[in-house]
Amino acid sequence: MRFVVERRLDPSRTASWTGVVLSVFLALFMGGIVFLAAGANPLKAYWVMASGAFGNFYNLSEVLVKTIPLIFCGLSVAISAKILLWNIGGEGQLAAGGIGSAAVALFLSPHLPSAFVLPTMIVMGFLAGGLWASIPGLLKAKMGVNEILTSLMLNYVAIYWLEHLYFGPWRDPIGMGFPGTAMFPESAWLPRFPQTRVHLGLAFCVLAALILQWIFTRTRWGYEIRVIGENPRAARLAGMNITRYILGVMLVSGGLAGLAGMAEVSGIHYRLQQGLTVGYGYVGIIVAWLSRLHPVGILFVAFFLAGLLVGGDQLQAVMHLPSSVGLVLEGTLLFFILGSDFLSRYRLKLEPKMQVPNSNETNPKSNDRITVI
Amino acid sequence: MAQTVICMKGITKRFPGVLANDHIDLEIQPGKVHALLGENGAGKTTLMNVLSGRYRPDQGDILIGEQKVQFNSPRDALQFGIGMVHQHFMLVSNQTVAENITLGFQSSHFLLRRAKIEQEVERLAKSFGLLIDPRAYIDELSLGQQQRVEILKLLYRNAHILILDEPTAVLSPSEIEELSKTLKNIARGGKSVVFITHKLEEVMEIADEITILRKGKVIANLTPEEVENRRELAQLMVGREVVLKIEKEPITPGEVVLELRDCSGFDNRGHQAFQHITFAVRRGEIFSIVGVAGNGQAELVEAVMGLRPLSEGHILVLGTSLDRKDSVSKREIGYIPEDRLGLGSVPNLNLVDNLILTSYASFYQKGIFQRETAQEKAEHLLSQYHVVTPSVETKARHLSGGNLQKLILARELSKKPRLLIAEQPTHGLDIGATEEVWTELLRQRETAGILLVSGDLREVLSLSDRIAVIFRGRLMDILSIEEEDWIGEIGPMMAGVRQERKE
Repeated sequence: MRFVVERRLDPSRTASWTGVVLSVFLALFMGGIVFLAAGANPLKAYWVMASGAFGNFYNLSEVLVKTIPLIFCGLSVAISAKILLWNIGGEGQLAAGGIGSAAVALFLSPHLPSAFVLPTMIVMGFLAGGLWASIPGLLKAKMGVNEILTSLMLNYVAIYWLEHLYFGPWRDPIGMGFPGTAMFPESAWLPRFPQTRVHLGLAFCVLAALILQWIFTRTRWGYEIRVIGENPRAARLAGMNITRYILGVMLVSGGLAGLAGMAEVSGIHYRLQQGLTVGYGYVGIIVAWLSRLHPVGILFVAFFLAGLLVGGDQLQAVMHLPSSVGLVLEGTLLFFILGSDFLSRYRLKLEPKMQVPNSNETNPKSNDRITVI
Repeated sequence: MAQTVICMKGITKRFPGVLANDHIDLEIQPGKVHALLGENGAGKTTLMNVLSGRYRPDQGDILIGEQKVQFNSPRDALQFGIGMVHQHFMLVSNQTVAENITLGFQSSHFLLRRAKIEQEVERLAKSFGLLIDPRAYIDELSLGQQQRVEILKLLYRNAHILILDEPTAVLSPSEIEELSKTLKNIARGGKSVVFITHKLEEVMEIADEITILRKGKVIANLTPEEVENRRELAQLMVGREVVLKIEKEPITPGEVVLELRDCSGFDNRGHQAFQHITFAVRRGEIFSIVGVAGNGQAELVEAVMGLRPLSEGHILVLGTSLDRKDSVSKREIGYIPEDRLGLGSVPNLNLVDNLILTSYASFYQKGIFQRETAQEKAEHLLSQYHVVTPSVETKARHLSGGNLQKLILARELSKKPRLLIAEQPTHGLDIGATEEVWTELLRQRETAGILLVSGDLREVLSLSDRIAVIFRGRLMDILSIEEEDWIGEIGPMMAGVRQERKE
């Protein structure tokens, strides 16, 4: 008997779901090996992670805190991927969004009625992130420059800008030398739920996901995005100007990542400082792909991955293991889930072994066994 | 050892909706150049992909001498000395000729011994009279030279049977001559050469044996000596089809809906695809362009649809000059493209989304989807055109070829076009679906002028009022269906053979 790989006519749903479940188990298993290598009991480590993330009210609230930027960043990647663009510059767009909204909080808020401060920050955060993403968008649309490279490289540029600002011109004059801007006035704080750090951004990101879902299924723009993403040739024939959609989508994609930055500075830090760019933009890529670009799916996947991050932190606190184990698990999980995609598209079959012909007569060199896939 | 005959027996290969090879028998003799002749879609490439291990046949056997073999990959086939040069070369463009030739060929040495390999390659090339510099990088080479590298790759791996898929398509005339010498040379050394083509002159020049395929079946096996003239070969290739009696009421032609004036244009590689094309289509008639695929008709249609710029000439659609920006969305043009999945539909979207594709703007009010209107319209169209599907939510790729074509037809005709362009509209469809498409096309004559582009002679003869034959980008002639004496000349003309009209 031997294994044969066969393409399925249609991706199988069952295989797809069993694939996800299987992937989680395999990832946990591989993680277990990592724990063993680090000299820890894997079962205990997982228990610490799980209870550390979901075990009590405060920890759970911390998971929600991290869920917010992950949702925004996941949505950002999802909308660009729908039109076949790879915006992996979420991290930089997040930084840009943080800078844009901080500028409002720091310099514009004294001149605004306090009820207008937060809305203005939201708009500016969105615009700053969106404009930052428009640079790769424009380069792509006008000159065909690969957006993967440009969006990625702009991450570093944005992060250095961010650092320059809070180390330099925007540094708090009475901050006793700590790098960071002055604290925002209270009118620039997103309200928090009592006893937690969970802020109103949670409602916004859920709303954003629902709006995005609505855009995809119910609006002309969403229809055009779906057609272009699935079949650019047919889209062109139907009269869609693909260049224009690239620009628009990149603007919205960057804007969503910018909102993540806005929510972080206005809901958590209340100032620009170190710790704004901790990788949400990159994890957002994983969130988007694990949820198969589905906006509502992103809500749940982001929550789950935030749990991994918080759980990883607990490992450090309780078991003195590096918190990056959470990242290792995340990576393994993505690896297996993408791999399991193969199973939903192909079928493995056992087949009776074929006869290997004795081929000496035709070719003296072919004594080797026939390669089995 | 190399003198073994290769036999393919009863090879059958199906693809969804298409029977590409239908019980094909083929014998390949050593020391001979064997031509596989047939139109595009006749199943030539599929058959050779089976032989070279890329596809596995659904039925049938491959025998080397007396021995049955089964290949799981091109690598397996190569172990038995069977190798193929594909139409699209598979070379690493930033490596040298020598590196490409030895690529993936197991050597027991860890270090590449560059000089030695280059010498080897040079010697091999010389022994077959192939001029090539082993140190040259692939991206510096012309397509003809790259092809030589592909051939050398197989020779280096000791292939006894070399299969070439349309080897002359990318070559200039002098390169073609060069290639034909090379192929004869290789065959003289005891190896077999199989080449796939639809060009008659090459077959007559190079081949020792000819197998003609049509619609997945072997139509004839002959030698060039047995062929009396190229006309006969052409007839065998495209078939001598009987005109089906289709109820066709004559309609008086109305206004001109499409006019081409001396149009020329290039293909994607920058070669002349069609030149000096002039014709006009009137409402009430079906004007056909018939030709073997690859003679410029696809590019011509793209030009009419505004998807490809003209290098010369003018196109008038419904009386106004074709402005590339708005031509496509013009609602009074219906277009049924040949590539149903790649251009005619969006396979991963559902039927409603697909049915509104070319007129979607009218289903969105202020940008918001009018779901009920679209759904009702979709359901109505699906039933009117007998598209069989579980629901309107089904994805387009789940439809069979015939149902998908009816869907596209429904969509395009619902625009009430005044100009309808149909490209190979019944290719791959079963008889029932074909008839439905034909009836619908004939019915459209009342309100539209129809440009039909087809390689199917039977279809063209059954439907058309006027027929233009295209060969190498030029119109050979435009015939009226009433000129019955000349109908028999269409087949030969498709192959480039023209008899002067005595008028």
